[in-house]
Amino acid sequence: MSFTEDQITRYSRHILLPEVGGKGQKKISQAKVFVVGAGGLGSPVALYLAAAGIGTIGLIDSDVVDMSNLQRQVLHHTPDVGRSKVLSAKAKIQAINPDVKVETHEARFTAENALELITPYDIVIDGVDNFPAKFLINDACYFADKPLVHGGILRFEGRVFSIIPKKSACYRCIFKEPPPPGLVPSCQEAGIIGVVAGIIGTIQATEALKIILGIGQPLTDRILDFDAQKTAFREIKTKRNPKCKLCGDNPEITKLFEHEQEVCQLRTPGTVGVT
Amino acid sequence: MQVTINGKSEDLQAGNVMEVLKHKEVDPHMVAVELNTQIVERDQLEATQVKDGDKLEFLFFMGGGR
Ligand SMILES: [Zn+2]
Repeated sequence: MSFTEDQITRYSRHILLPEVGGKGQKKISQAKVFVVGAGGLGSPVALYLAAAGIGTIGLIDSDVVDMSNLQRQVLHHTPDVGRSKVLSAKAKIQAINPDVKVETHEARFTAENALELITPYDIVIDGVDNFPAKFLINDACYFADKPLVHGGILRFEGRVFSIIPKKSACYRCIFKEPPPPGLVPSCQEAGIIGVVAGIIGTIQATEALKIILGIGQPLTDRILDFDAQKTAFREIKTKRNPKCKLCGDNPEITKLFEHEQEVCQLRTPGTVGVT
Repeated sequence: MQVTINGKSEDLQAGNVMEVLKHKEVDPHMVAVELNTQIVERDQLEATQVKDGDKLEFLFFMGGGR
């Protein structure tokens, strides 16, 4: 495949980079990225990957746009309230870049459909808002052998790291299983400063592009935590856990399953979770 | 003993990881604990002694994304 004149102009600032060049841009144009969740994290991820010229972006989300989403979910605009999130997302992606093929799934990501959904893709992005889904994505990427860029946000903080299955530490290596229900906020009563979704999501998109291009040092075996109040990043070095129930030496998890969904209720009044 | 917790140096009394968590008023269910880049299993928090110069990381759960 070769680029049209318009495409050469569109991607010229990428092509100028020795680390990308025409060859790298071709890799980007042929890459397929699957984004789970078209919300706070999924928005910057999808927008920047679309602008970058990713060949195919897959999106799954079962929700419709709510007024309370607009504070951070920049894929969706005021007239989209009430509209399917994946369809709203598709319209914005194609407005930015008609080169991008968008595959939408107005559905939940489940143990039943996970592997089938991600198998055609090269990379998976975690943009979900609850622990059971985060563990499910982690496990599915392990079984399907797909690089995963994990992201999480809460209040003024965010976390991002990449996982190359069987090579670097997975989400379960560190967190094992979801916290007891009600202990850690992750639901709709939670607050999130909108920009943190933008910061973490754009790092996720950066990681996806680096993995596609095979450049730089991937954010593997190190967890990057961001604190917006301090405007500070902290890197926590980690490594694969031989006792990991998924990717350790004696794995107990041999097929996909879903942890029980936490109840949206917090033990400590006044603290808040996130959606 | 001098211990680094989440990047900050702290002067603590000798003890195991569980005692350090209690001292810092951290519910052990709310964090993954790393001692010198090695994950400490939840059932090993009491059995794992913290030594002078150790680096501890308390990784709080962050479940949001939308
Ligand atoms: Zn693992």
